[in-house]
Amino acid sequence: MNQVMKPKREVGIIGYGAYVPRYRIKAQEIARVWGGADEGLPIEEKAVPGLDEDTITMSIEAARNALARAQIDPQQLRAVWVGSESHPYAVKPSSTLVAEALGASGAVLAGDWQFACKAGTEAMQAAIALVGSEMADYALAIGMDTAQGRPHDALEYTAGAGGAAYVMGPAENALARLEASYSYVTDTPDFFRRAYQHYPEHGNRFTGEPAYFEHTLTATKNFLELMNYTPRDFQWAVFHQPNMKFPLQAAHELGFTRDQVMPALLVGKIGNTYAGASLIGMTNVLDHAKPKDRILLVSFGSGAGSDAFSYVVTDKLVERRDLAKRTAFYLGRREFIDYARYARYRNKLVMN
Amino acid sequence: MAENLAPNWRLREQRYQLVGNVCLNCGAKFFPPRQVCTNCRGAEFDSFQFSGKGELYSFTTLRSAPAGFESYAPYSVGMVKLDEGPLVEAMLTDVNEDELAIGMKMEMVTRKIREEEGERGLLVYGYKFRPTS
Repeated sequence: MNQVMKPKREVGIIGYGAYVPRYRIKAQEIARVWGGADEGLPIEEKAVPGLDEDTITMSIEAARNALARAQIDPQQLRAVWVGSESHPYAVKPSSTLVAEALGASGAVLAGDWQFACKAGTEAMQAAIALVGSEMADYALAIGMDTAQGRPHDALEYTAGAGGAAYVMGPAENALARLEASYSYVTDTPDFFRRAYQHYPEHGNRFTGEPAYFEHTLTATKNFLELMNYTPRDFQWAVFHQPNMKFPLQAAHELGFTRDQVMPALLVGKIGNTYAGASLIGMTNVLDHAKPKDRILLVSFGSGAGSDAFSYVVTDKLVERRDLAKRTAFYLGRREFIDYARYARYRNKLVMN
Repeated sequence: MAENLAPNWRLREQRYQLVGNVCLNCGAKFFPPRQVCTNCRGAEFDSFQFSGKGELYSFTTLRSAPAGFESYAPYSVGMVKLDEGPLVEAMLTDVNEDELAIGMKMEMVTRKIREEEGERGLLVYGYKFRPTS
């Protein structure tokens, strides 16, 4: 029984693009409002979407960056898939609007994926399968979120905004070639949001051992064993990042060094971008990687599961990565806001 | 019944992608698209997608916003002279009022413009401009 997933046709990343809104709130500002401690906060600051931004608009900009690097006609896309837990509509796809804005509408699949923070890599797995089966040459997979955190809840410190888009296609045109992938899923209710609720519920410490660590560690260990790799075979490792502590602890337990994981660890500066978190960590790695570098990408989504991928960078990355804005551009543009403006931007003020 | 679906839907191409048209007779480009060329009176056009790049021609800031836009006030609007010629009026975003200057380079982004009928209605998306980074 072969548990590693490898398409018959070789597949890779043709183009990638990141997006983070420009507003930031410091964790200390949130602590000031609720009387929390000044030290030991899970992150430094997080990104906040502007009044005119949501998962749809953010997906459009990330996807335009990905298409600029892919150098393909949007009409060549046969799928536009958006993974998120903050789709603006409860019913009506984000993906049709994203496809229309990209000039990709018409003969194209479109759909919204939902698997908490794993929705983006689930879309990536499906895009790999669509291209790998030769049903299509190009498919777009997006992970993007404007995450919700209940005021005064622990998640308010980390629920951020951002994500990334990937054009998947045939390996011969790839910036990074997929070696294989692996998924590990169980029914573990560590975090959920019921219908009509504004904010999710979570299991505090239950989100750690039985959820994040069980799935991240098992997926990574099984994948490496099945691929006959050790952490030393990778130049870079990207993990889902709900805070700074979890991915660093997981990396340490798996035998990865800080040098391998730190370039992808953006959560301290933009917050947990949920379905976008591991995928935007990956864009920052692609912005810096060299040809022949091997990259491990492991997501985690509550509910719960992890997807693991191994990619090898090609010469084409160097030629095409400056055709769009780098992740560092979005990390660098920062306009700090106080809690009052944050409350306004996140629609927490009752106006009528 | 949800309101204003058809008029918003008809404009989706020009709003999301900045698609105007080009006169087949004299090559003049228009945004929004025209049915008769103001240059040569030609009536045959092809659609034309603008690059979204341009310069800020003029701007102002609205503190008393029209109906449907109150939640965004104060916000800046501008006239942007596109690299291909036309002058487009649009809301400006990702910029503070004191950073705006005539002649600055601008680029188009697709953003949420407003919500029809509050929380129950259609979300309307379209072009805005921000300073080019």
